[in-house]
Amino acid sequence: MDATRVSHSLGDPKIRRVGFFVPESSTTDSCKILSPRHLSGTLPDMQTSVDGQVSSQSNDASENLNLETGIEKREEGEKKVLKSRSKPLKEKTTKAERRALQEAQRAAKAAASKDEGSKAVAETGGAATGRSTKQSSQKKVGPSFPLAADKKAGDRPLDKDRKKDAPPPRMQFDDESRMEKARRRAVVNPTESRTRVELFKHLPQYEHGTKLSNLESKFFHLGLVHPSVFEVGQRYSAGDIWGGNARCVAMLRALQDAIRDYCTDHEKALVRDLTSKINSYVSFFTECRPLSMSMGNAIRFVKSRIVNLSTNHSEFEAKRTLCSDIDQFINEKIILADKVIVRHAFTKIKDGDVLLTYGLSCVVEMILLYAHELGKHFRVVVVDSQPRLEGQVLLRRLVAKGLSCTYTHINAVSYIMHEVTRVLLGASAVLSNGTVYSRVGTSCVAMVAHAFRVPVLICCEAYKFNERVLLDSICSNELGDPDAIARVPGRMDVNYLDNWASEDNLRLLNLMYDATPSDYVTVIVTDYGMLPPSSVPVIVREYRREHLLM
Amino acid sequence: MPDVQALNEFVNLLKKRKIEGSQATAKLTAELLRSVISHQRVPHTNQATYLINAVRAVGEQIIDANPIELSVGNIVRRVLHIIREEDLSLVTDAMAGFGMSATSDDEDDVERDDHPALSAVVVAAAARSTLRPPSLQTLLEDVTDSAAIPPTPSSTGDSDGKSRSVEKGTRGRKLKHDVIEAVNELIQDITSCHEQIAEQAVEHIHQNEVILTLGSSKTVFEFLCAAKEKKRSFKVVVAEGAPRYRGHLLAKELAARGLQSTVIADSACFAMISRVNMVIVGAHAVMANGGVIAPIGLHMVALAAHRHAVPFVVLAGSHKLCPLYPHNPHVLLNELRSPSELLDFGEFSDLMDSATSLGSLHVVNPAFDYVPPNLVSLFITDTGGHNPSYMYRLIADYYSADDLVVKQRPTAGN
Repeated sequence: MDATRVSHSLGDPKIRRVGFFVPESSTTDSCKILSPRHLSGTLPDMQTSVDGQVSSQSNDASENLNLETGIEKREEGEKKVLKSRSKPLKEKTTKAERRALQEAQRAAKAAASKDEGSKAVAETGGAATGRSTKQSSQKKVGPSFPLAADKKAGDRPLDKDRKKDAPPPRMQFDDESRMEKARRRAVVNPTESRTRVELFKHLPQYEHGTKLSNLESKFFHLGLVHPSVFEVGQRYSAGDIWGGNARCVAMLRALQDAIRDYCTDHEKALVRDLTSKINSYVSFFTECRPLSMSMGNAIRFVKSRIVNLSTNHSEFEAKRTLCSDIDQFINEKIILADKVIVRHAFTKIKDGDVLLTYGLSCVVEMILLYAHELGKHFRVVVVDSQPRLEGQVLLRRLVAKGLSCTYTHINAVSYIMHEVTRVLLGASAVLSNGTVYSRVGTSCVAMVAHAFRVPVLICCEAYKFNERVLLDSICSNELGDPDAIARVPGRMDVNYLDNWASEDNLRLLNLMYDATPSDYVTVIVTDYGMLPPSSVPVIVREYRREHLLM
Repeated sequence: MPDVQALNEFVNLLKKRKIEGSQATAKLTAELLRSVISHQRVPHTNQATYLINAVRAVGEQIIDANPIELSVGNIVRRVLHIIREEDLSLVTDAMAGFGMSATSDDEDDVERDDHPALSAVVVAAAARSTLRPPSLQTLLEDVTDSAAIPPTPSSTGDSDGKSRSVEKGTRGRKLKHDVIEAVNELIQDITSCHEQIAEQAVEHIHQNEVILTLGSSKTVFEFLCAAKEKKRSFKVVVAEGAPRYRGHLLAKELAARGLQSTVIADSACFAMISRVNMVIVGAHAVMANGGVIAPIGLHMVALAAHRHAVPFVVLAGSHKLCPLYPHNPHVLLNELRSPSELLDFGEFSDLMDSATSLGSLHVVNPAFDYVPPNLVSLFITDTGGHNPSYMYRLIADYYSADDLVVKQRPTAGN
């Protein structure tokens, strides 16, 4: 609690780095090797990119270390004591998105504990910021085993750093014990589908339609959820907002509203309180509809901005910076990025081309309209598929703008591919093994194009790049409403599956996404230029660094 | 002619695409041809040619009525082949008879002895040449063939004309009778092809297999059910098969039979194929090179299966074997169906009005896909499993080389 301790802990990072074989020298890298426990207040990167696994990882890491020295074992015990004793610390380590579900349910309890925590913070005399909480937790470790603490903290980041590259494990819905916990925490409580597809037990399969009514009835019980967050969540689950960019922007706007209306309790730290708020909102969004990978990236950004807030800002200033940061993100990463992509892709369109596109991708639409405005003469083939039939929306818009279009369904793609000279596709995410994760059917179109030797251009903003890897579309996916498969809009004669749920052996599977192998992709058009799929991991790495500095 | 009405009716049905499925079409075609043959008044001489011409004339009409329905042409060709074959067998019988009579007549008149034997040899050679699959010899003899047959009876007929003509009359009736018998057998074959294909199901489907199919095919349904009846338990993934969505029906029927079936959208084929052990589909027609004219969407599935090394098995009754080669299958052997299956006209009518809207809108709704032979792993026909590369040989068993072009021949020749 005294000044020396404070200074010691502040100086810690540099001291700790000495004697450990961490080669990084840049500021950002040195930040990375620090323990989140000690530096979470000052380090956005740690906070954000470790995201989901902070709590579980710190345990893993310490277990590994246990094998090494007895001191660390003792330290581990100390840490456990510490964990149970200091609520603020716990609050820190459970920042994870997955764990954030917890917050929603335990809000009241958490609030109480936070009070306790912030009192402790107040005692130290520091401002209500992350830095001070870090100090308070530091001090509790410090007194008994200062040396051990140092050593351990130095060791752990190494492990952390390595682990950080691996994406956090996703919630597996066939894990009974975790599901049980999640169910207790859940706000929305959707009815689980009776007719679950065996192969996809690891993904959420709920009765569709039950979510919404549940949500509506619960509005007044959900004191936590900001109205605009609630609205956006509801629109997600109703399917009003779809498309990667639209969903992301809607979410960011809602968070912006929430931040604007946010008001820190005088006893709480803005950084921690707001982060936990955001976490609870995010978990609410997730319950409404599983987040897309691009949204995950955006949330990471917001959280990093919050954690990165300068300590000497007033609450008003902090909120204003955050809002403008979010605006900047939307502008730079989505709107401007799209414009740049349009410019890049335009160079690949020649007179007389026949461009094929699948579904509705707003970037592709912009490219087509832009090229048309600039007087290129080309024809567009719009390929569509059940059950979304988004292509009809695109078709309508394009024809209204005066483009000549051919419309067909995905089965006929090999019939039409003869005429096609370019395939333009959108993506939901591009993964670091070059796999393109996009609306279901994209891989079919890319495959057929590949078979006919037609170049495939994937148009995707760089904020949708993700360090995750996927080999197939089964492990990670989203399941839509199975009833959508049974109904065919505009086709009254197709009614074979009207009461499919009564059939024991019949399952309907509505996959939302699929993974296109990188060898089907000729080029990925992003705001950083046109890249081969093999360059994606480079962009992911560079992008993350830029993310940090921003 | 009494069968004109039936013919016109059938042509109309074909033109209006009222007959669904190649099996039904094949059966109806065979029945129509049977009635054509049975109503045909056969002259005493040269019955085979006469019958062939009659069948060709009808065949030309019904093939024209729906050129896409290849099974019509297949059946016409097979009936032609049957006529030729029956004629040959009668001729060889007769030749044996000649031989007998020649030895018995030996003592009576020795000087006439070599004459019928020679003619019989000529007839047999000519008949053989009409029947055999393409070879250089047939190609060369092809021109003289039709000219060679008519003179032979006349040359032999002069000496004992009366007795021969009586014999011919019975032979003519016998030929007709035999042909009708054989066509009946063909109809029988067409009707029972499902069972014969289904019998092989247990050889191909093992326990816990996951099978993907697209759209609906009676053959596939019977095949899967046969495996199920043999106590194999497996799962079926059914792609719905837009724009007809017959997959829904298939999945429902399979589920009713106790098979675990999952309906997916066609677009999810690629996503699902990695967890599938085998793709089993029906075909519209099998071409001579082993390529398949299949319901729309199967090329995509075949490519996906190829990528994941999943066997792509095509079930086809022998009436679907077509002796033609697909030279530009996407253009020639396809049919564009109504756009209303894809787009609601009411909803998009404003865009289709060229006066008000600037752009143009085309809707493409093809009915068939061409799957090249290299993407097909196996054909299962009612005669067993075959490699795509073996198809041409199988086809040579069913068709004679002269009949490959039913359409142009009569228009050019007659």
